Amino acid sequence: MAIRDETRMLLESMGRLFEDLCTKQVVDAAETGVFAADLWRAVSETGVPLAALPESAGGADAEWSDLYAALRVAGRFSAPIPLAETMLAGWVASSAGLEIGDGPMTVGPVRAGDKLALTRDGNGWRLNGTASRLPYASHAEKIVLIADGPDGEMAVVLEGSGAPTPAKGKNIANESRDTLVFDSFHVSSDSVAPLGDGVSRAGLYRRGALARATMMSGALERAMDLAVTYAQERQQFGRPISKFQAVQQNLAVLSEQTAVAVAAANLGIQSLGCGDEEREEFQIAIAKTRVGEAATLACELAHQVHGAIGFTKEYSLQLATRRLWSWREEFGSDPEWAVKVGTYFCGKGADRLWPILTGD
Amino acid sequence: MATPMFRFDPVELPPEAIKIRGEVREFIEEHKDVMGFSRGEHNPEFSRAMGKKGWIGMTWPKQYGGHERTSFERYVVIEEMLVAGAPLSAHYIGDRQSGPNILRFGTEEQKNFFCPKIAAGELTFCIGMSEPNAGSDVAGTRTRAVKVDGGYRINGTKLWTSNAHNSDYAILFCKMSSDDVDANDRHAGATQFLLDLKSPGIEIRPVINLLGEHHFNEIFLTDVFVPDHLLLGKEGNGWNQLTSELAFERSAPDRFLVLFQMLQQMIRMAGPNPDRSTAAALGKLISQLATLRSMSVSIAGMLMEGLQPNNESAVVKDLGTRYEQDIPVVARQLFATEPELESIDLYASMIARSTMNAPRLSIQGGTREILRGIIARGLGLR
Repeated sequence: MAIRDETRMLLESMGRLFEDLCTKQVVDAAETGVFAADLWRAVSETGVPLAALPESAGGADAEWSDLYAALRVAGRFSAPIPLAETMLAGWVASSAGLEIGDGPMTVGPVRAGDKLALTRDGNGWRLNGTASRLPYASHAEKIVLIADGPDGEMAVVLEGSGAPTPAKGKNIANESRDTLVFDSFHVSSDSVAPLGDGVSRAGLYRRGALARATMMSGALERAMDLAVTYAQERQQFGRPISKFQAVQQNLAVLSEQTAVAVAAANLGIQSLGCGDEEREEFQIAIAKTRVGEAATLACELAHQVHGAIGFTKEYSLQLATRRLWSWREEFGSDPEWAVKVGTYFCGKGADRLWPILTGD
Repeated sequence: MATPMFRFDPVELPPEAIKIRGEVREFIEEHKDVMGFSRGEHNPEFSRAMGKKGWIGMTWPKQYGGHERTSFERYVVIEEMLVAGAPLSAHYIGDRQSGPNILRFGTEEQKNFFCPKIAAGELTFCIGMSEPNAGSDVAGTRTRAVKVDGGYRINGTKLWTSNAHNSDYAILFCKMSSDDVDANDRHAGATQFLLDLKSPGIEIRPVINLLGEHHFNEIFLTDVFVPDHLLLGKEGNGWNQLTSELAFERSAPDRFLVLFQMLQQMIRMAGPNPDRSTAAALGKLISQLATLRSMSVSIAGMLMEGLQPNNESAVVKDLGTRYEQDIPVVARQLFATEPELESIDLYASMIARSTMNAPRLSIQGGTREILRGIIARGLGLR
């Protein structure tokens, strides 16, 4: 009833694509710093990365909820490509009417404390500030940034090849997180434009947070699948360890936390397109808070069930758990978003808690 | 993926459910003098008023006193009542599980007799399941029914029977005492009866809980005669019937909304500009609550589709009780106070009640370990 047939078909086809092309070998290779170009090309050919854009901008007017569902699948397969970043970069740039092409993109700032400022310089602009830990900036064909202009927030689209050389960094899943420093960096006037309606730096930050929460829900599904499967295969004391109640209880809790994470991410996704930015903000805050909490417990349990093998590079569990430990900190950690949830509802007052939660 | 995943598809409440919410809030406002924190009191007058509104047996066929409303409308009525602290005890069990169980397994005569009365708020049910030596191991029931002329003669003891002292009927779970019951099948001979608690041979004694309150009872059955027409379902089918009944029990949102007013009180005490650690602690609880609610609405959607979300209900119950047990823990970290049950300080009484009630939550309706065993079975592990 709730999941549309189109969504289901999209998810199935994305699942097959990642199953074939996003193998452990591909992820391992990407973790050495080589961009997963074949995987990117295949995903790009489905049209999913830019599908949310209007048809006039090369998109398909797709529902954001479908695209986030695709991110869950990408998270399940540890996909080492900037899928969420490209979706969001397209959203920011196209709202401002700027050209983007169809290559991999990154978007930022991704950290709340980073500041980017634009000042006029003749016909063009000067960009100052730092965009730290931009995902895949060294591999991006376009870098889409939101900066403070003289009259408000503006979109900036840079060629990846024409941007300042990034200081390379990575998260603990070896996904590139590169820092760009702009020191009076010249940007031509046709690469800068005011943001369109409904797009803002705060909006980018929360949609980024929801992207990570959604990818985490997929990674948790993978961790749980591996743990349940492994427990049924691994024999100790003459029987599969899944027959021991202590192990069963751990797997039950792991499955609960996985279900919670999917439900919480969906709660955030449901708020997209409700047209109420305040609702979108707190529902996504709830999603990132709850998924982060679930991930912390679930990673511990998935490893506990696996024993020593789960602690090896050879075995796939770490592909999921290292991403979960990385992603839970990106676009704001769960404790940071919990502060936002608490601050919001305390500000509204106790009597508004229930009406707001029930949507009236 | 090979592993079964528990599905909680996101659901938006339909317009009719949104419409009824306003009506329920008006009704609550009219009855605000009987609302209270976490008491679930027995108030037959209030239950009859809800019956008149058509808010008991909401999803049942009209033919049997129901109202043929959607599971979503029912969900909204229940969640609003729980949040308000409405005294639901006189009809809650009947509405949640006894009525649905009768509709599913009962005879025409039983459906015609019991369901309209439950829906009117005129008949209170309790659950005759646990026994001194059959707690989690329900199949170990020792209460025995013997077929006699025109009915059954039943002997045994039931324990932990909430609200039996205020109830008209119990759905009694027991076993047939007959030669053809297979001793190797622990579920063999299991049978349910609609037990009139005023029958001769029944004695109900209070068991006072650690709060000093009387909810539990012990029921002694000595040669109690139950006529043939009060056998529920079939002799020997009791285990299947009980499984179905427990699924109704566990799918309700009463596992995470009972302490709602305490969460509100904590928000009040935090004030409009809380410090970061207070905001984080409250934000975490609110995020847990919002997620539990969305999962519970999703279960209402599954019930609408005619699915039996037994595993999903166990997931929500386990997580919901964890959340309600965490509330007093977080509360005492944020705002320490000495607990006192009948204090004039509302918060001191809330922390007293929630702290003392906490152990019960992960025991009643299936212990935490039993629920996780059910979930493990759902994962294909046993």
